[in-house]
Amino acid sequence: MLLADLLQLKDSELTARRPVTLRCCLAAGCLSSAGKEVKEALDKAVAEAGLDDRVQVLGVGCLRLCCEGPLVLCEEQGKEPILYERVQPEDATSLVGTFKGGTTHVRRGDLQHPFFTRQVSVVLENCGVIDPDRIECYISADGYLALRDALREMSPQEVIHTITRSGLRGRGGAGYPTGLKWATVAKTRSARKYVICNADEGDPGAFMDRSILESDPHRVIEGMIIAAYAVGAEQGYIYVRAEYPLAIQRLNTAIRQAKTAGLLGSGVMESPFNFDVAIRIGAGAFVCGEETALMASVEGQRGQPHPRPPYPAELGLFGHPTLINNVETFANVPPIIRKGADWFAGIGTEKSKGTKVFALAGKINRTGLIEVPMGTPLRVIVETMGGGAPDGNQIKAVQTGGPSGGCIPASHLDTPVEYESLAALGSIMGSGGMIVMDQDTNMVDVARFFMEFCRDESCGKCIPCRAGTVQLYDLLGKLLERRASAADLTQLEELCDMVKHTSLCGLGQTAPNPVLSTLNFFRQEYLNLLQAENRTSAEPAATG
Amino acid sequence: MQNVADDRITKTGSAAESHPGGDKRFRMLETQIKRQQYRQDALIEVLHKAQELFGFLDDGLLLFVAQRLKVPPSLVYGVATFYHHFNLKPKGDHTCVICMGTACYVRGADQVLAALEEATGVKAGGTTPGNEVSLLTARCIGTCGIAPAVVYDDRVTGKQTPEMALERVKGWMSHAAG
Repeated sequence: MLLADLLQLKDSELTARRPVTLRCCLAAGCLSSAGKEVKEALDKAVAEAGLDDRVQVLGVGCLRLCCEGPLVLCEEQGKEPILYERVQPEDATSLVGTFKGGTTHVRRGDLQHPFFTRQVSVVLENCGVIDPDRIECYISADGYLALRDALREMSPQEVIHTITRSGLRGRGGAGYPTGLKWATVAKTRSARKYVICNADEGDPGAFMDRSILESDPHRVIEGMIIAAYAVGAEQGYIYVRAEYPLAIQRLNTAIRQAKTAGLLGSGVMESPFNFDVAIRIGAGAFVCGEETALMASVEGQRGQPHPRPPYPAELGLFGHPTLINNVETFANVPPIIRKGADWFAGIGTEKSKGTKVFALAGKINRTGLIEVPMGTPLRVIVETMGGGAPDGNQIKAVQTGGPSGGCIPASHLDTPVEYESLAALGSIMGSGGMIVMDQDTNMVDVARFFMEFCRDESCGKCIPCRAGTVQLYDLLGKLLERRASAADLTQLEELCDMVKHTSLCGLGQTAPNPVLSTLNFFRQEYLNLLQAENRTSAEPAATG
Repeated sequence: MQNVADDRITKTGSAAESHPGGDKRFRMLETQIKRQQYRQDALIEVLHKAQELFGFLDDGLLLFVAQRLKVPPSLVYGVATFYHHFNLKPKGDHTCVICMGTACYVRGADQVLAALEEATGVKAGGTTPGNEVSLLTARCIGTCGIAPAVVYDDRVTGKQTPEMALERVKGWMSHAAG
């Protein structure tokens, strides 16, 4: 496949497009709510109404507003798009009838709501637009043009330089400068190198990577191929968690299509560069999101981390230099190559460039997927876009970073969302899961919930995590059962400190974060749970 | 309990010899192992296939895999027990997986779980005595947009209340009894 082929394919796709397109969301949330049946009903209704040459029904990826699914977006040339919400299969006839002058009672969403208008789609630009099962659709949206540019117009060093200048930072949570990581792997001398895509989205409450993989799998593959070219790898793996069968299926299809098109395998795009991708399925271990544990899992072993250094860039998969990046990080690569580093660096803040995809969930009116520029205030995200808490409740806190993160209280909602400002508040950006909590949420209970998770997911290798999480969980339970004394509270804090600083890997090191964060901002809730006679010694003015 | 693969593991030689009378699931598993070129690092993929074919991984099956991939049984056992996804015990006729991810938890998944535990009489992770229902929890299945989510027999259903979940599960239990 060469440039001419790509452009020709794009051209024929766009020419074949009919005046009206009905885009049916077939991502996980809508699919579980009968999204597929809706699409099939629409197909049938269009055929029965004899509108085949005017209307096409497309199965697409995530249309963002997951709580109102199944979603159907109707786009007619020359008219404003209409978003239909909570569509049921029986609505198909009346919906299609609108093209013949009829009306339908199906609810319309407000596309002018800030939930949609404040989004800046870089990573998600194709989600909800293209059919993820067809490579032709991806190509019609300028797919694989970035790869072509990289292979034909740029040297590997130039690719790395572009990524570095763009300011892209790892989207898995730690925010490590991507260009620097690529440069390190590229510099290491080795006959064999690997590229791994970390699609083990274990954070409960996060579904960004899932949506990207289900809605636009080729984008991730393209990003990986470009990365492999830049660092000198010939084999790649996508490590997907077993809980995402739809993502696995879409990836398999995409890989097969890319291979047939000469975009994978030997002689990528008829260049001297070779690259193959295989999928490795996880088996339900949160710790396998940690890079050294992930590599152990790819090697068919128990997912136990090992201390770093040596870092994967030096000694990784099967002992070879390995580049590991998150799904969203790879998804940012094609647009950066296509549109340039300066374009990307123009979005976001000084230290956090580009956009970030968030999965907004919990006690919030509009749950779904959003993508906003870095630096957007949290208040805009949860109140303006998310519509605040349901039933007129007040937002109490927003949890970011999953079990490794912390809670941002309502008093700090004006914080801009970027790596440094969230870290300063004791939380982390994390992978993008954002859970909103209202006044009825018990913060100590939330802390225990996360600790239970870490306790269950601890691999057991190092004592601070293995034993520490158990003890922390028990202490939190003791608090919630009102059997704890002030000494217990002190011990809780000391134990948190010990586990944080002596655990072998990120799981243990960040397991105390929810506890420390809630202790910092919601200390009163902890104090209220202490046994009555201990309360006066723990705080100056007890109100009982 | 007789192991599924007791007499298989003692036989050496070709695949045809080791599946007399043909439980063809073994042949299918062998095909998968062959497709992975008998590579030891494909262990997790092979265990996935084994569980898909047999429903759960009992000792005999683990020994079979160990023998085929030429790895120590302790290694296979270590891997099978490490990952939450692998079941070493059989599941009931119906499975009900309650998602206990943060979004679902904040929206009341714990109440759904409590209601189901009371109705079935088993705790999460267990199976009812008559083998009708296995009650399980998952740590997040990624459909947070429709929280709380429950998976009934591989079908994800969102926005579940305790009442809705009870109706479904009670239907299974009475259907089996009736």
